[in-house]
Amino acid sequence: MNLLLNKISLPLAHFTLQVDAEIRSRVTAIFGPSGAGKTTLLDLIAGLRRAQSAFIQIHDRVLTDTAKQFSVPTHQRGIGYVPQDLALFPHLSVRQNLLYGCKSGGAADPLFSFDHVIEVLEIQPLIVRGVTELSGGEKQRVALARALLASPRLLLLDEPLASLDAPLKAKIIPYLTRIRDEFRIPMLCVTHDRFEALALADEIIVLVNGQVLQTGPVLDVFNRPANADVAKIVGVETLQPGSIADLNEGLATVKIHDVTLTALAPATGTREVFVCIRGEDVILQRDAAVASSVRNRLSARVVALRTEGALVRVELDAGFPLFALVTRPACVELALHEGEPITALIKTPAIHLVSR
Amino acid sequence: MTSAEWQIVWFTAWVSALSTLVILPFGLALAWALARRDWPGKSIVETFVSLPLVMPPVATGLILLKLFGRRGTIGGFLHDQLNFDIIFTWRAVLLALSVMSLPLLVLFARVAFEEVNPRLEQIARTLGAGSWRVFFTITVPLAARGIIAGMILAFARALGEFGATIMVAGNIPGKTSTLSLAIFQNVQLGEDAHAFRLLGVSVVLAFAAVWFSQFLLRRKRK
Repeated sequence: MNLLLNKISLPLAHFTLQVDAEIRSRVTAIFGPSGAGKTTLLDLIAGLRRAQSAFIQIHDRVLTDTAKQFSVPTHQRGIGYVPQDLALFPHLSVRQNLLYGCKSGGAADPLFSFDHVIEVLEIQPLIVRGVTELSGGEKQRVALARALLASPRLLLLDEPLASLDAPLKAKIIPYLTRIRDEFRIPMLCVTHDRFEALALADEIIVLVNGQVLQTGPVLDVFNRPANADVAKIVGVETLQPGSIADLNEGLATVKIHDVTLTALAPATGTREVFVCIRGEDVILQRDAAVASSVRNRLSARVVALRTEGALVRVELDAGFPLFALVTRPACVELALHEGEPITALIKTPAIHLVSR
Repeated sequence: MTSAEWQIVWFTAWVSALSTLVILPFGLALAWALARRDWPGKSIVETFVSLPLVMPPVATGLILLKLFGRRGTIGGFLHDQLNFDIIFTWRAVLLALSVMSLPLLVLFARVAFEEVNPRLEQIARTLGAGSWRVFFTITVPLAARGIIAGMILAFARALGEFGATIMVAGNIPGKTSTLSLAIFQNVQLGEDAHAFRLLGVSVVLAFAAVWFSQFLLRRKRK
């Protein structure tokens, strides 16, 4: 896809939303804390709000050009929108909800035919029910199907998983990836959860207080935050693709290149995972021989040191790039210097696995 | 009940229902504009619509008489250009009832529209529905109970209207005489039996209307 968001500017209560971005990936996460202007940005793209200035173009079709006082009305934009509260029509049945967009749009593309969408999202058993009789996850699927049946060119998802608890999230994510792969619709997905972003998105736009702080592939942004602000928002993370070699009694043996780690087994059953370790969960130790309960002991070498306030960010080579966050006094006491060997300890529950 | 009494009951119910229908499109449009849009002069229009609720009905009737009489601005134009008279005909009854009952419909419909989640209307638009389709398939159905309750109360208000009607329509038996006017006249003439029979009919009609609207509002709250 090619979505162009140029010179977008809209003053809001506490800041001005300013976005300049070109989006090319299939799934792009708009990532940021709540109140960063993420939903407002989706509203602007859908044409539900007017920006002070904006140029929005999808493929070769201009949707908004404030310089020319031009704006395609919402109902002619062909942009599907699943808002955070889902906005299912309470006075209509599930079937009527699903057909609402179908009637006006007219799906010439069999990809978006009623039967196909219903099949992919497994909605058949829900069709005869009333909207109020659906559970949270069922509502989510009906809202997704309703948006798809209008055969949109772009799908906007506002916090698609935020209202669901962890087991339900794990159930809905496969549906979202299925939509991504089956329908090949570009998706723009608002989230404040890094694991959601990891599971769904190829690229990420970090939005804070209305400003774009960084854009790029998810792994790049999470591993190499452009500045301290981004680092604070995405969390100081070691993020590496790995694969589960063995699952035993709730524990997973994970391999990153040649390094083996022990982690808690993830909720879903995929073998390919992202291994996430927060910098503050990594303990550095001089003497490798001390006995402790820590399962993961890695021989590493200090690559770089970067002072961040009272803390020092230590970049290590442990067979893969690993980041540790330690206090400055600790750094002095251990006499950490570039090139020196050191042992890194990570407790099992501190290693987070996200399926990919 | 004599046939003259039945004629009065029938005429009153019929012209009240007609006035409710006449004000419906305009009342809904106005209520929607008040609930969903900001425009200059909104608060003034808002106040004007509510005036007939608080002003003495006779005063409202006098204003209508001056406007729609043969020498009035509107009435003069209608008489000269179209040879169309309103005052002291059944059309004057319709006019008085419409003006007096409009505020109730607008008040109720406005609250009902405001209670509809605007997000539902917005998402309907992203699904390809234009403004009219959104209004008739989302907004009105979701506000329906409040709108119907407003219509019923407007109808009930019209049934009992007295002051404005007598100013613009007089009390012409068989032509512009309504329940309220006939009851008043019968009491004045000492015809208490007539008056009480008509009184009974008005109590039944009013009770049914209010009870039904409360029934609808109770169901809405569930």
